[in-house]
Parts: sequence; structure tokens; C-alpha cells
Amino acid sequence: MEKMNIGHHISRQFNEELEDVRNQVLIMGGLVEQQIADAVKALVEGDSHLAEQVIDNDRKVNGLEVAIDEECTQILARRHPAASDLRLVIAVIKTITDLERIGDQAEKIARMGLHLVEMERPKNHYYEVQSLGESVIKMLHQTLDAFARMDVDAAIQVSQQDEKIDHEYDGIMRQMVTFMMEDPRAIKRSLDVIWSVRALERIGDHSKNICEYVIYLVKGKDVRHTSTEYMKEAVQED
Amino acid sequence: MNDRSEKRHAIDMSALGRSNAGLNLENEEIAISVNALKLFYGDKQAINGVDMQIPKNRVTAFIGPSGCGKSTLLRCFNRMNDLIDGCRVEGEVTIEGENIYGKGVNVVDLRRRVGMVFQKPNPFPKSIYENVAYGLRLQGIKDRRVLDEVIERSLKGAALWDEVKDRLNESGMGLSGGQQQRLVIARAIAVEPHVLLLDEPASALDPISTLKLEELIYELKSKYTIVIVTHNMQQAARVSDYTAFMFMGDQVEFSDTDTLFTNPSEKRTEDYITGRYG
Repeated sequence: MEKMNIGHHISRQFNEELEDVRNQVLIMGGLVEQQIADAVKALVEGDSHLAEQVIDNDRKVNGLEVAIDEECTQILARRHPAASDLRLVIAVIKTITDLERIGDQAEKIARMGLHLVEMERPKNHYYEVQSLGESVIKMLHQTLDAFARMDVDAAIQVSQQDEKIDHEYDGIMRQMVTFMMEDPRAIKRSLDVIWSVRALERIGDHSKNICEYVIYLVKGKDVRHTSTEYMKEAVQED
Repeated sequence: MNDRSEKRHAIDMSALGRSNAGLNLENEEIAISVNALKLFYGDKQAINGVDMQIPKNRVTAFIGPSGCGKSTLLRCFNRMNDLIDGCRVEGEVTIEGENIYGKGVNVVDLRRRVGMVFQKPNPFPKSIYENVAYGLRLQGIKDRRVLDEVIERSLKGAALWDEVKDRLNESGMGLSGGQQQRLVIARAIAVEPHVLLLDEPASALDPISTLKLEELIYELKSKYTIVIVTHNMQQAARVSDYTAFMFMGDQVEFSDTDTLFTNPSEKRTEDYITGRYG
């Protein structure tokens, strides 16, 4: 199906339910995006108040996951959606699982931030965390955009960014290993940084998953665990 | 750190005993082959040239809005439309290698091979036993032992035996709607047809009877090729292996049921099964 149109059901109520559940995913996505940004900021700037706030806000993310899941269950039970409607509900159920896990990673980063506040700050002011954080936030933002616009080409493009994030992560890991070998006193701090960048790297994987759900939603093709070339082929076929 | 070059198709379905390929008509034996079939009621064309391959020992469902020609197409398979005045058929329907619209076709024998069950259960005003025995008696079978055996087998085949075995001589009209429908199916399978045509068989039944009927369809498909017309899309999705979507006399899409209900390739199919305006 080239065009996805949620509206135009004979049942107006069904239209509203689908529209509603989709909007809630975007609200959840927005919240999660803010959570990562805040978590990274708290860590980089040593703002323990902000870190506490991120940890507290994760409960909101969890609440949204439960609420949207519930709504999807209702739609499945009452409406028996088919074809693109069915795929929308399935894609939403899967997307919010990944969003919730992204939320958990943000919380993890905030907790690392709380640890790091009590330690001596490095000369580079955690530049590596900030830089990787920016890449990840950008990727998630574009992922949510692709979801909102049901744009498969964007989804493919964004999912490719995961590779770049993985490279950046690998680079930071090497750097951290060097730090730890040079100065064993830096091990504790370096480990916390490693956990944080690991969390960011995982967010990239979750974003990639969401991109794959977008392709499933629009094209009906399951492109998980496949190569980029296969994804492109799947999108071009009709 | 990690080896990320291994990204190609990291999927192996063998743990579930499945291959990655989906259902494919190429692996099916074809029971009914429809070739450029057109049907006219007087001047009005009801079917606009349908080509279709219906696989053997599978359930094929026809769905579509009222008046799309799905019941008409079904009736072509045992020439039920012959009974309607002004009805004219062009094209071919080949069942088991024989064009049933060819010359010298024995329509009575055709209807024995291609049984049919209708929307409203239509048992004869006779006993349960005689209802099922009807087709056999028409064939001239009189031997009581043969009749008893076939009747038991047919009623068991229609999942009705346990409910009626103690009252075979009571009237078939006294059964519930769901039981009557299964009685009619028993009557149809008593003459050992090869194909069973079901024209909205569950639309007059309650949900439990409907489920029993669907269960029966599932059991029957190992022996018969089944073609079912239904208004209930969930029913089509539940019981069929293949689904054809018809619209205004055209066959819009024919596909395996899994694909048709999750990822149809035609917009009109999508609009219909999701309940949108066309």
C-alpha cells in the first residue's frame, strides 16, 4: 500500500481510536526524547537535581506504556483490525516496548550522573558522552518523525545512523580502556562513563527497531534481522 | 569491539520446522480451474471474466460486498445458475479435468460430485435418517446395511452423530438451526462429493454453532475441496487457506489468506477489509 490513511473508516469512532493511539505514541516518544536529553545534560553538567527528576519521570514513561498497551488490547478485542490497521496496532505495541526501554536507558544514565557528581570531573567535561548523546537524540528524533509521517525512506536512512553510533561507541570504549590503563585511579569513573555510553548505544539499537516497525507498518514487510540492502529492496517492491 | 559485519539475514526458521517461503499455489494440486468466466443475467453482466485456480483439499473463501458476484460465481461451480431464467455463461470451469460447461455434461452427476450447502438450513420434512439417506436412495441404493453405515459415517463426518444417534427417526425439522445446518452437510457428504460449496453457511447460526461449523470445515478439508462464500470477514480469515476478494463482478485479489488479511496488495481489498469507504 503506497499511502497509509488512518482516517476514512466507515466507523468514525474507530478512526478516532487509531488516531488517538498513534498520538499517544508520539507523546510518549517526545517524553522519552526529553528524558535522554535531560539525563545527558545532568551527567555532563553534574546537575544532580535534574538527574533525580529524570529518574522520577521514568514512571511517567512506564505509565504511558501500560496505558497505550491497554488501548491497543481494547482495539484488538473490539475492532478486529485487518491489514494496515492491524499492522498499525502491532507496530504501536512493539514501538512502545522499545520506547519504554529507551526510557530505562535514560534513567540509567541519570543514575550514572548521580555517581559521577561525587567524583572529580575530567578535563574534557565528559565531552564523549555529550557528543554520543547528541547523535542518539538526533536519531531518535528522526525516528519519531519517520513514524509520525509514516515515511519509509526516512526510516531506512535513520536506521543506517545506528552504524555510525556503534562506531562512535567503539571509539569511546577504546579511549576509556586507554584511560584506565594510564591511571588506575580513573577506573571507577571510567566504568560509569562506559555504562552511560553503553546505554546511549542501546538507544540507537532501539531506534533502529522502531524504524523497522515503520517499514512493517507501511509496507507489510518484516525487515528485522536483515541487511540494509534487503530493507531497501523491500521498500521498493510493491 | 563487536563484529557488526554479520548483518545479513540473521533469521533461521528451522527451529519451528518452517521454511522462510510462504504458501504458494505452485505447490498445490488444482481442483477447480476457472477460465475467462463471464456470466450474464439477461443484459446485465454479473461476472466480468474471472480467472481463478482453486486448490484441492483446501478451503477457499470468497469475500466482497453484496452484489459483487461471489455467490453467483460459487453457483457456477455446480451449474446452479442453469435454473435461473435468462442466465448465460461464457468461458470455462474445469473440475477434475472436465469443462463442466462443455457438451454432454451430466449435470445430476456433476451436482453429486460438487455438493452445496445454503445459507438457510433446508432439511427435508423427513426423519434425520431419511434426510441423509436421500441422495443414496436417489442413486438406487436400498441395502439397509450399506445405508446404515453411510449414514453413521456421514453424521460423524458432520460432527452430528453424538447428538442425534438416539433419535434418527425423529424429524430433521425438530433440530436446532446449527444442528440442521450440520444435517444438511451430512446429507451433502453422504454421496461422497469431491467439492463442497458453502454459500454463507453460518449466517443464520448463533456464535457457538458457527464455531462448531467452522471446526467441521477444518476437519472436512482433508477430504474435500471447500469453497465458502461469507459476509463475515473474520470467518473467512479463520477458516480459509486462500481468499478471493470480489468487487462488482471482478476478482480483485486472490491470495493466501494470511497475506490478504495482513498485507493485501490492492487498495480496494484494503479498503474493504478494514471497513473504509471505497
